[in-house]
Amino acid sequence: MAREDEFLEYVQSGGQVETDDWMPDEYRARLRKFIEMHGNSELMGVLPEREWILRAPTLQRKLALTAKVQDEVGHAQLIYRVVEDLGKPREQCLDDLISGKSKFHNVFHYPTKTWGDVGVIAWLVDAAAIISQKALLKCSYAPYARIMKKICWEESFHILHGRDVVLTLMLGTDDQRELVQEALDRWWAPLMQFHGNPIPTDEDPMYVWRIKSQGNDEARQQFLDGYVPQIWELGLTVPDPELRKDEKAGRWLYTEPDWDELKHVVTGHGPKTADRLDLRRRARENSAWVRSVLLAA
Amino acid sequence: MGSLGAARSVIYEVFRQERKGQAFQHAGSIEAPDERFAEWYAREQYGRRGESTALWVVRRDALQPIEDFVDELNRNYHRVDGYPLKEKLKEARERAGTTPPRGS
Repeated sequence: MAREDEFLEYVQSGGQVETDDWMPDEYRARLRKFIEMHGNSELMGVLPEREWILRAPTLQRKLALTAKVQDEVGHAQLIYRVVEDLGKPREQCLDDLISGKSKFHNVFHYPTKTWGDVGVIAWLVDAAAIISQKALLKCSYAPYARIMKKICWEESFHILHGRDVVLTLMLGTDDQRELVQEALDRWWAPLMQFHGNPIPTDEDPMYVWRIKSQGNDEARQQFLDGYVPQIWELGLTVPDPELRKDEKAGRWLYTEPDWDELKHVVTGHGPKTADRLDLRRRARENSAWVRSVLLAA
Repeated sequence: MGSLGAARSVIYEVFRQERKGQAFQHAGSIEAPDERFAEWYAREQYGRRGESTALWVVRRDALQPIEDFVDELNRNYHRVDGYPLKEKLKEARERAGTTPPRGS
């Protein structure tokens, strides 16, 4: 117990640990679960966008979207490597993902109805994600923090890509602007749920162990601070009549996100959960021969 | 090697140099069936956008980690803590009746 207290004190004062260092069982278990979910999300996160590669409006957009998908899959590979070093093989991660035993982020359980969704995802979902990921640059587990540098850097390209897609549409016809507004209407609720329910940081085990370096609501506030003004300046409407900044308190006020929906969706009941897991399962089966050939080479 | 499935993936550590003249830093690890694939995976993960001027790709089992630095002979003259100037200076100034020079 004394050793665990010492560890806690060490990470809380900014200390970082490496793979072979001693760590409490609870820390290792939470860390592994968290990082695994991150890996799953990178891997599943390409599926909503993949649907639009063949329907991209120009060759340039098709190439940019393909590059983003390649980036995200690359992130999944790096992250699963970190999970493997914590004791869980990648094959087992993929088994658990496909069987529904492990989770992935809420935003990847929803459909991408139009090209407007592609822009809003790359701009705002990646913006929300980069806020969480930047807070992981200081993660108490150093190997994870190190790969986050590359990941954050690449995510910033995706935001550029998304913003460019959105701006292009906003400079287009009324129908094109409408496409963006409709996509924003669809994505706002999942975006507000993205950073999780507002548990105080001292009750959030992920913060207590300094796996994360900020609380859920802090992340959401940062997202709103950074992006609501950018949404408004384009003439778009955020579909929440309660949304405004309390300048005195320096905090955004908003309608309480639907936490039941978040829970329902991430436990495998989102509108596209079953389809996407099925696609992932088939892709894995169809590529099994490639892995066996490579390993036997 | 030879028989099917006899080989297995090997873990490689990747170190990258951002600019000429800078130190190589550990970037992450990759898993590859052989050195040729390790090279291409490393290029894809850490060189695709021109973010590195060079990479070192090293088999993890070729690294020799050293993590204990026991000072059995108490050779503190190699380190800053072997030179407790602060207290001595304080005492020397008291004896001389002076104050520290400005800016220090």
